[in-house]
Amino acid sequence: MSSRDTVLASVRRALGVSGQEAPRRQEVADRIAGHPRGIIPARADLPHAEQIELFKRMVVGAAGSIDHLADPSEVPGAVAAYLRARNLPLSVLRGQDARLADLPWSSEPTLDVWIGPSDGKQLAGLSHAFAGVAESGTAIMVSGPDNPSTLNLLPDHHLILVRARDVVGTYEEAWDRLRAAYGPGTMPRTVNWITGPSRSADIEQTLLLGAHGPRSLHILLVGGV
Amino acid sequence: MSVQITSPRFKDNARHALDDAPLQAALSKVGPGFIGRRTAARDLLPEFDALRDSARDIKNHTLAHLDLYLERFEAKVKEAGGHVHFAVDAAEAREIVTRICRDRGAKTVTKGKSMVSEEIGLNDHLVACGIEPVETDLGEYLIQIRGEAPSHIIAPAIHLNKDQVEADFRRVHTHLPPERNLTEPTALLAEARGELRAKFLAADVGITGANFLVAETGTSIIVTNEGNGDLTQTLPGTHIVLASLEKLVPTLEDVSQLLRVLARSATGQEMSVYTTFSTGPRRPQDLDGPGEYHVVILDNGRSAMLAGQLREMLRCIRCGACMNHCPVYHAVGGHAYGWVYPGPMGAVLTPSLIGIEKGANLPNASTFCGRCEEVCPVRIPLPKLMRHWREKEFERHLTPAPVRYGLGIWSFVARRGWLYRPATDLAMRLLAMAGRAKGRFASLPLAGGWTKVRDFPAPQGGTFQAQWKARKSGRAS
Ligand code: SF4
Repeated sequence: MSSRDTVLASVRRALGVSGQEAPRRQEVADRIAGHPRGIIPARADLPHAEQIELFKRMVVGAAGSIDHLADPSEVPGAVAAYLRARNLPLSVLRGQDARLADLPWSSEPTLDVWIGPSDGKQLAGLSHAFAGVAESGTAIMVSGPDNPSTLNLLPDHHLILVRARDVVGTYEEAWDRLRAAYGPGTMPRTVNWITGPSRSADIEQTLLLGAHGPRSLHILLVGGV
Repeated sequence: MSVQITSPRFKDNARHALDDAPLQAALSKVGPGFIGRRTAARDLLPEFDALRDSARDIKNHTLAHLDLYLERFEAKVKEAGGHVHFAVDAAEAREIVTRICRDRGAKTVTKGKSMVSEEIGLNDHLVACGIEPVETDLGEYLIQIRGEAPSHIIAPAIHLNKDQVEADFRRVHTHLPPERNLTEPTALLAEARGELRAKFLAADVGITGANFLVAETGTSIIVTNEGNGDLTQTLPGTHIVLASLEKLVPTLEDVSQLLRVLARSATGQEMSVYTTFSTGPRRPQDLDGPGEYHVVILDNGRSAMLAGQLREMLRCIRCGACMNHCPVYHAVGGHAYGWVYPGPMGAVLTPSLIGIEKGANLPNASTFCGRCEEVCPVRIPLPKLMRHWREKEFERHLTPAPVRYGLGIWSFVARRGWLYRPATDLAMRLLAMAGRAKGRFASLPLAGGWTKVRDFPAPQGGTFQAQWKARKSGRAS
């Protein structure tokens, strides 16, 4: 008997089941098909404008920073201003995402914009979020050539563009949108939920920012001002 | 680390821990920090307790249907192009991992924090096979370079102070200038970041644990604050997930319920910094991510726990709240428990996994104050389960002879009311008289084992039976 069969048989023996019982199988199939939501915190049950305000507060509460821009055309200028304010080279790495490619980068002629995944040598990365979650100030990132996952983790400074219309109240709403985009039961290779910059409290429980991932996380929230 | 089991020597371990001044200084910070942060996070979320009920129910439902969720998970991982391996015990899990590493000619592997890796003693095995494991969680890295085991499930190096860390870095990072300044914790963190960055980029295989496995989608999930586990599973060509079989949850909605109580219970955060969902290997168009994805699902005694009371322990989501709130853990720290899982959760889990013969002492490492159960996000009745082990221990004659004789005499007397009442009444009066001055005893004949390390309160009123009688007759005392 393979180890797989040994483990499954011993689970079934302990549960006193054969694995063939129709009602059990139905219950499991129903749960996966229906994916019931459970308890949803009321804090994000707000009109969209207030969800956006909650999102902004929660990002800051998680030690991230945020710029709220009226229009996507302001993004190149905001990226350059972020880098200048921190005395960083005017250089940023991004993925192929058309929503980033279409931004008016020529309005910032001194800003170098590179395209591709990160090999750890870049100080600043820019990604486009799939969604933002108001209840905890979380940005949801999906992998792929548009927004390679290495950009989320390797640069010292991670800038994330979140469109106001992509801000939802809760995780569950984000899952609904993901299912709509990828099909039920299907996921991109990596989904990263990011809530603030990297940190560690492993030395004497002192909280320090910038452990292995980005030392700072900056959200560019666009629209809905 | 080594998985040498010292649980049978719990009492000696505890005594040494109590005499270890630096350890006591480190432990004194455990309670205030963790407890306050958890309470603050709980108070910010009115639905917190309702979410704990929901978390408990999700885990109960999953465990009752575990065979079917395991099958579904396996099918979905395969569908996404990944591999699932089942391991009956620790030796088989180690073998699977080393075979994958060898087949890929791996020289170094980076590791995200994984308690299952500690449980199966993976690092020693990899070293013996000529493969260098590099722990990347800062706390795990610290204990790896010290050759120690973790002393806490979410803060593995909580027993260390920064001077010890500085000394270790100077000892190990000999290629760095000796005159560098490492007095500030930020300098220590920056040095670790620099050292490990190079390892992340060079590793052939990345091994992580899993906080959850999602049956709906065939997804493994890790939760970190550092981003180390996330780099571990993104950069190398092969990603291996080590998970025990109770990590299954049905759906993405179910895991969202559990995530809402995990970080709040563990560190008091609203949400951990990185929650990373991995499904299969990189896709054809992807520009990064591992080319291969393996999940090793470990049983190692857990399936047997499904049969009885101990099934409840399999709800555990490894948040650490029970040890953060445990007076015994605060007093002796994690290493005294003698294996990889400390605190109340370890006191219940360890005997299940390594056998009651070796773990018999641990369920006694409790004052039965009940705080662990009060804070557990999946409402595991830890004191009840410790009592279950104590009964087993007694039945199997693993209890020391004086205790057995003592309990024998007590039960003889207790079953005879005419003897019990006057006997306890007399004992009570004597104790109350003797302890009147301070209200507590610093030492007590026949109870030296208790009073050496903690005071015994002097009785404040009559016996329980006398008080009960008084209450029943309406004269509240
Ligand atoms: S037993 Fe409960 S409190 Fe302890 S680690 Fe597990 S889930 Fe957390």
